[in-house]
Amino acid sequence: MRRLSWFNTVSLTLGFAFLYIPMIILVIYSFNESKLVTVWAGFSTRWYGELMQNEAFLNAAWVTLKVAVFSSSIATVLGTMAAYVLVRGGRFFGRTLFSGMIYAPLVMPEVITGLSLLLLFIGIGLDRGVLTIVLAHTTFSMCYVSVVVSSRLVTFDRSLEEAALDLGCSQAEAFRLVTLPIIAPAVISGWLLAFTLSLDDLVIASFTSGPSATTLPIKIFSAVRLGVSPEINALSTILIGIVTVGVITASLVSKRRSLRLQSEERAAERAQ
Amino acid sequence: MRRFLLIAVPYLWLLALFLVPFFIVLKISLSDTALMRPPYLPQFDWATGIRAFVKDLDFENFWFLTTDALYWKAYLSSLRIALISTVLTLLAGYPIAYAMARAPEEWRPTLMMLIILPFWTSFLIRVYAWMGILSNEGFLNQFLLWTGIISEPLTILNTSTAVYIGIVYTYLPFMVLPIYAALERMDESLNEAAEDLGCSRLSAFWLVTVPLSRNGIIAGSFLVFIPALGEFVIPSLLGGSGTLMIGKVLWEEFFSNRDWPVASAVAVVLLLILIVPIVLFQRNQQKQAEADQ
Repeated sequence: MRRLSWFNTVSLTLGFAFLYIPMIILVIYSFNESKLVTVWAGFSTRWYGELMQNEAFLNAAWVTLKVAVFSSSIATVLGTMAAYVLVRGGRFFGRTLFSGMIYAPLVMPEVITGLSLLLLFIGIGLDRGVLTIVLAHTTFSMCYVSVVVSSRLVTFDRSLEEAALDLGCSQAEAFRLVTLPIIAPAVISGWLLAFTLSLDDLVIASFTSGPSATTLPIKIFSAVRLGVSPEINALSTILIGIVTVGVITASLVSKRRSLRLQSEERAAERAQ
Repeated sequence: MRRFLLIAVPYLWLLALFLVPFFIVLKISLSDTALMRPPYLPQFDWATGIRAFVKDLDFENFWFLTTDALYWKAYLSSLRIALISTVLTLLAGYPIAYAMARAPEEWRPTLMMLIILPFWTSFLIRVYAWMGILSNEGFLNQFLLWTGIISEPLTILNTSTAVYIGIVYTYLPFMVLPIYAALERMDESLNEAAEDLGCSRLSAFWLVTVPLSRNGIIAGSFLVFIPALGEFVIPSLLGGSGTLMIGKVLWEEFFSNRDWPVASAVAVVLLLILIVPIVLFQRNQQKQAEADQ
């Protein structure tokens, strides 16, 4: 086994320390008894209790979850369609415009996307609320989904689909029985990406939400603008915990799957 | 018919919710300030037709942007902050990417996961975490006072320094991943060959490794620079009144001053500034894709 040089060890240590220490400090201070966030006054779960009593945060969390589930699901369908069109669609009228519109939202500053969507919703007289946030989030996250899915579509062997068609599948059957299972991992990670982007979004949600529906990031932002608060530390710790468990589980599942695939391949080789 | 539907549904969605809104911003930026206070007039009056529509356009708002020094300063300082923080992110990110690519193969997936994990964590929370660290009574000052490096707390929060730290911190994965991808593909025997031919380790690094990771460096720099330019969350949480960034100005113009036409004009100019780096980025991506094939 190769060993790391001292330089590489130092850069990895410093790099990961830089990435993780701020979050670790945040987590530790969320268990601080004191209301003064910078003074340690003993271990307590007091702020978690107060958070659970805070109706405004709980409501906002519920709205955020609803928006994320709906927008990421619609975005996954639309994004997968868009990716399929881009990779397999061949030529059609306005193809350049279409691919431009897929990539542009990825680099567009959020303030501009948010502003333009708000002006549209006001222009057509749509009341701002859960629906408008879902529409906005679907629009930008479908672009991320389509990028993820199309990178998978590009690399897989097209002859598999053709074989299915030769064997009597219809186009739709070939897609459902062959293409979809092969691109499924990309579709799932596209959904997860869209879901996280939607949970995370502050700027676009601020423009497109109305008084009737506020999301969690908007609530957090207006609270932390005034300074650090122990309740927000507790809330952040919960969110960091959920993400960590989720990502570690996902990576373990994918690792087990690739190990299983490897052992199956080896078994197949031995059988020959 | 099915093919038509497959194309039409995402196409129409993007037309209606991406392209049309953008034209609305353009139109409002060219409208009379007095007319466009909410609730504003319809976008396009079919009765008077296109000629009246064109006649109504005026450049007053763009003119206004040039008369007030605030906007100039904000654009310039956004450019400067985005540029400097891109360089800082590159300096911080390159050694990490390099070390990851040189790590034993069985560690690499774990290292990758550790780099990506912060990306899945809320952006807002990651910026917020620094507020507690950088404040006057914060963790960093306490630590430095304790070690005796400084005798009085430093003011870091609400300065540009805090904004740089925030941008480097939140965008670091965007820099590390493309550079890592470029370095990982590199054949290490090239370096050994350079050393055999008399290069020192350092000059082999400069003459072989860095040029071969060029595409990763370019992609990473754009991925940091482009979003940093329009950044809103980081300057409003970590920066003070002294750090002007155009994303923040746009936000305040819209939500505090409620001057929609000026906010739209600010957005249009920001987009014009961004078009150059975006086009360069796409060219680079295309070249890279062609090189891969």
